[in-house]
Amino acid sequence: MPSNLEVAAPPLEAAATTMLPRLFRVQRYLQETDDTFTLELGPLDDGAPLAFAPGQFNMLYVFGVGEVPISISGDPDKPGVLVHTTRAVGTVTRVMARLRRGELIGVRGPYGTPWPVDQAEGNDVVIVAGGIGLAPLRPALYRLLAQRDRFGKVVLLYGTRTPEDILYRKELERWRARFDVDVYVTVDRAIAPWRGSVGVVTHLIPKAPFDPLSSVALICGPEIMMRFSVFELEKRGVAADRIFVSLERNMKCGVGTCGHCQFGPLFVCREGPVFAYPRVRDWLAVREL
Amino acid sequence: MSSIDMCAPENTGRQPKLIERAGVGRLIAALQQQGYRVVGPTVRDEAIIYDELASDADLPAGWTDDQQAGAYRLKRRRDQALFRYTCGPHSWKKYLHPPQATLWRAEREGGLFRILPETPRAERLALLGVRACELRALAIQEQVFAMAAHADAGYGVRLRQAFVVAVNCGQAGGTCFCVSMNSGPRARKGFDLALTEVVHAKRHYFVVEIGSERGAAILAALETRDATAEEIAAAEKTVNDAARHMGRTLDTTEIQALLYRNHEHPRWEQTGERCLSCANCTLACPTCFCSTIDDTTDLAGQRAERTRRWDSCFTADFSYIHGGSVRQSVKARYRQWLTHKLASWIEQFGSSGCVGCGRCITWCPVGIDLTEEVRAIRATKYYREPVHGDTGTRSV
Repeated sequence: MPSNLEVAAPPLEAAATTMLPRLFRVQRYLQETDDTFTLELGPLDDGAPLAFAPGQFNMLYVFGVGEVPISISGDPDKPGVLVHTTRAVGTVTRVMARLRRGELIGVRGPYGTPWPVDQAEGNDVVIVAGGIGLAPLRPALYRLLAQRDRFGKVVLLYGTRTPEDILYRKELERWRARFDVDVYVTVDRAIAPWRGSVGVVTHLIPKAPFDPLSSVALICGPEIMMRFSVFELEKRGVAADRIFVSLERNMKCGVGTCGHCQFGPLFVCREGPVFAYPRVRDWLAVREL
Repeated sequence: MSSIDMCAPENTGRQPKLIERAGVGRLIAALQQQGYRVVGPTVRDEAIIYDELASDADLPAGWTDDQQAGAYRLKRRRDQALFRYTCGPHSWKKYLHPPQATLWRAEREGGLFRILPETPRAERLALLGVRACELRALAIQEQVFAMAAHADAGYGVRLRQAFVVAVNCGQAGGTCFCVSMNSGPRARKGFDLALTEVVHAKRHYFVVEIGSERGAAILAALETRDATAEEIAAAEKTVNDAARHMGRTLDTTEIQALLYRNHEHPRWEQTGERCLSCANCTLACPTCFCSTIDDTTDLAGQRAERTRRWDSCFTADFSYIHGGSVRQSVKARYRQWLTHKLASWIEQFGSSGCVGCGRCITWCPVGIDLTEEVRAIRATKYYREPVHGDTGTRSV
């Protein structure tokens, strides 16, 4: 056999490993609201903690049930504990909600683009969150507060359906008590004893204390809420390229090969989930894109 | 004439060789001797499909096909030509991007579980009868998987180790439009050997171009001689004939802008009403790469398995997120597929996702024809005015 016809044994295993989850143990389970919960995870192996940037996500695997993309909601400066907050709404997340301390979960990641926290240096930062959309923004808030003197004003505008749906309530109260961060919470509907604001989160934008000409806005929530938030921010004079949104799409691989997360020409898993608004503006206007 | 210029052979600096009809059988045997599993065209279920070839007796000698929108019929030929048919329902992606693949398994163990990596079977494949449009499709899929954030190296490895015997087309099918997509009918690169079949009343031979050292080495083991100028000219003529007889054409002028600006064109609604969202087009397409994941367990819940399989953007599940599918209507799914294939693919991977093979037209049960769709949209442009001025991703 001529030697130049020999077929080398292909290193196919290398390709397969990118799809292999790393096992993590549930260290703590927290019921946040009626249908949302937080998992604090630690690696089962002795390897390095999973370092991530605010805004990134992981693919979380529940034994035999499936894998879902969930944003990371912990402190990027404390990567020793991997924190995920999610809502029990699908097949996988409902089973995930029954996991308890000591049980295992598979983790692939972190994937995706981060919030531009570093690039916001010297600017006011306006965070607009709707419902569970606060979870992927919390790492950005942690980072902003940890390096507080690098930024101008830090404003959090948060809207949920009802007072019972308010996520991270104790933390919100702590942040609210600080003098260097402005926290405004509103709910769509409420009964007594709620004495706070009622109405959609976009109504908070016109009066929020930030300088539109030197602000960076980070938005996460339902698409309709993000579109109207952008509308209000632009009305105040915030430039489109200083507005960032985080999109959600179906994802099976997280690495740009399964095709599910396509949004026009964009792969949300790879070029997102965080996008500068001009990059997605026209596509957001197309229904059923 | 551009179609003829396009068919001029690339100067590889190697003298084309000649093998007789019997040489094809010897080529298959030589590849098998080198340890390759030879896969290629064969007749099954009234179509020419790709499967393992034991010998040249498995090739579709004397068969051809008649293809139109929504129709495929095998036909007998008067001669015993081996490759005078056009692409059938199968494509080579079934070997390089398998329809189903186990990614890993997991086992419960004392209240916990562990993950058992799956070692994919390494196989030496020889692809026999790869058309020019299919060579382009292989290169396109390689690019798709190479550009993934964590490159899926498996595809590239399988492609590079595969021995590729291309066949230049000697006739064009009713749904072919490779000339429009500039992908055929002549194989230009990406092959080890390229055959051009010439069938005359008394002679049946193949002009062989050599595309690699590996190809030259295999050929050296066969009975060949240098092809004469007349033989080469006769081979050229068949390819030029194919180029002139494309069943379809597609005008790709500024196609990205055309489709991006016509998201709300009424044509999508009309075609959405005809489309059965059956996914035939995506399965037959040689470049469609989308996949999904199946997670399963045994009945006792002790063992789990994770499988990747081909998926289609025509299913409702494909775009499902909490609250429902993003693309509820069939119109939206057809628009996604066509716009991705012909427009956003260029932005994503630097080339069109269409090679002009015509499979999606032939195998559409209701005969939806993408060339006709583009023509209809082009004829009655219905530009959507950009909402906030035209910037961002819309660069065209």
